[in-house]
Amino acid sequence: MEDMQYVILKKERFNDFISRLSKMQKLIAPVSKGYNNFAFEEVSSGSDIALKYIPTVLPLKKFFMPQRETLLEFKMAKGADAEAVVELEPMTIFGAHTCDLAGIQCLNMVFSERPKDYNYLTRKNRITLIGLECNEYCDEYASCHLVNASFPGGGYDLFFTDLGDYFIVHVKTQIGDEIVDVTGFFEKADVSHMNDLERLRDHKRKVFSNEVPIESKKLPELFDKSFRARVWKDLDERCLACGNCTNVCPSCYCFDIRDELDLSLKNGVRFRIWDSCQLEPFARVAGGINFRKERSARQRHRYYRKFRYSVDRFSRFFCTGCGRCTRTCMAGISLKETLNELIKESEDRVWKKWL
Amino acid sequence: MEKVALKDSGYRLKKAKILHTKKMTANEKFFEIALRENSPLDHEPGQFIMVSLPGIGEVPISVCSSPVKRDSFDLCVRAVGKVTRSLHKLKAGDEIDIRGPYGKGFPIRILEGNDLLIIAGGLGIAPLRSLITYILDNRRDFGKVHILFGCKEPKEMLFGDELEDWNKRTDLHYACTVDRADPDWAGNVGVITTLIPGVDIDPIRTFAAVVGPPIMYNFVIKELLAKGIPENQILLSFERNMKCGNGKCGRCQIQNLYVCQDGPVFHYERIKNLSEAF
Repeated sequence: MEDMQYVILKKERFNDFISRLSKMQKLIAPVSKGYNNFAFEEVSSGSDIALKYIPTVLPLKKFFMPQRETLLEFKMAKGADAEAVVELEPMTIFGAHTCDLAGIQCLNMVFSERPKDYNYLTRKNRITLIGLECNEYCDEYASCHLVNASFPGGGYDLFFTDLGDYFIVHVKTQIGDEIVDVTGFFEKADVSHMNDLERLRDHKRKVFSNEVPIESKKLPELFDKSFRARVWKDLDERCLACGNCTNVCPSCYCFDIRDELDLSLKNGVRFRIWDSCQLEPFARVAGGINFRKERSARQRHRYYRKFRYSVDRFSRFFCTGCGRCTRTCMAGISLKETLNELIKESEDRVWKKWL
Repeated sequence: MEKVALKDSGYRLKKAKILHTKKMTANEKFFEIALRENSPLDHEPGQFIMVSLPGIGEVPISVCSSPVKRDSFDLCVRAVGKVTRSLHKLKAGDEIDIRGPYGKGFPIRILEGNDLLIIAGGLGIAPLRSLITYILDNRRDFGKVHILFGCKEPKEMLFGDELEDWNKRTDLHYACTVDRADPDWAGNVGVITTLIPGVDIDPIRTFAAVVGPPIMYNFVIKELLAKGIPENQILLSFERNMKCGNGKCGRCQIQNLYVCQDGPVFHYERIKNLSEAF
């Protein structure tokens, strides 16, 4: 396969392509769930799919790292060994925006870091990812350009860009190549198609710009100076500690591990389940001491995990700019506002030094 | 959704048998445990394991024996939650499941040849016992050894027989104190920091190993620095909530560090500026 391979899919063949794809294995795509609400769900025809959508309520992590997943199965009989298991379901996901592809790249890095998490990695290897470009901003909550997620940056098998009458499709992997071959609805892209794509990207470069006034590479430095910023106190007063922001975040992966017995009390499972650093007991030890007791410390922890700690550990931001945390927050805590406040406060400090 | 056996799972358990138990105090119980076929745990002093009671749950517990003892290992468990209270009900012959060992223990290769000042507060003696017994098993590899132990009341004193033994030994210096004495107590009374000024050490060649309740660290570190022990020669072990032990679940995170993988033993120099550490 060539390094850069583009094909096109005419719009009139899109429904046939989706039908064909859904017959190969379970197919997931964004579907409309009422006004401005979308969800990734199983689809079987192109008409089910919302091609123009704002980020779904839950990100793709629900397929890669299910909300609840069995790790062990055991019998209560004496001497019985517990069996380690992984829950698998091969699937194709169509229509992942660049922010959500970035989210999966984050999770891939976390679970590939030693000691590797084979539950995640085994499942991930059964999932085919087809991206879909955002030609415009979804809404005012997104901050994808700031975190380098507004343009495709890999992490997919195929990547679709809507260019009016047709999609231009970047074939990135062997699996993507096979889909193109097997479905048979694609045509080779020519220079005019490539020019159309370049025109769209030029347009995007004009539309997309850093959503808060700071260079992306200065963000870690901003956070280095902001551990004691006033804004954390402000969040302390507003945050309801509900954990919504972390549940909907594409790169939040903290979990709890629990045991459960069936009604016979003879068989049981150990499972992991999404947890949230925003909840009060999260960092509490058995003796009762809580190392992040204050909501300010917990909110600060969330932001530092997105913009500072991940830079040290994985050389990237773990914020994908999708805007979900802001859209879902009942207290109206806004990621862009928080960053703006941090920038303002840091500039104030510089002025104070001069005065 | 299909369920498939996963050979490489990080959550696989190893069967282990309780060989011996001993009630130590009202809240703490001692367990001697052997893996199947008496295979060695292969831990470093200061590391911990995840102890499982399937159906009830899993908790991180420090190993409190020296790795020199290869057929079995020891745990000292305080009953504070669901799993630890259930563990207390077990007796010799019962089975548990474990995984691990996890984390970074005390850097033995760095400590060798140096003097040691070991400071234990309360249950902190448990992880330190793995270091102390290792040192006693390899006594010639280390310089002078001082052990300071403090607990709230005499009745909370753990490993009493061994403390007696350490007190009698001529190849180490041992001192202890209690916060509150009872009528039978003839020793020191006061918090553990009161023992530090009187210890005769050469700070430049002394490594301090400190384990105790969170409140103890700030005060002890202040005294150690006043003694002239360099920051990179002070070792601390942290207690945190842990679910996975693999640096993923997020509970034990202190800023950008995961206690379960990057710790639990840290050089003070590395963590002194982390506000969530103490």
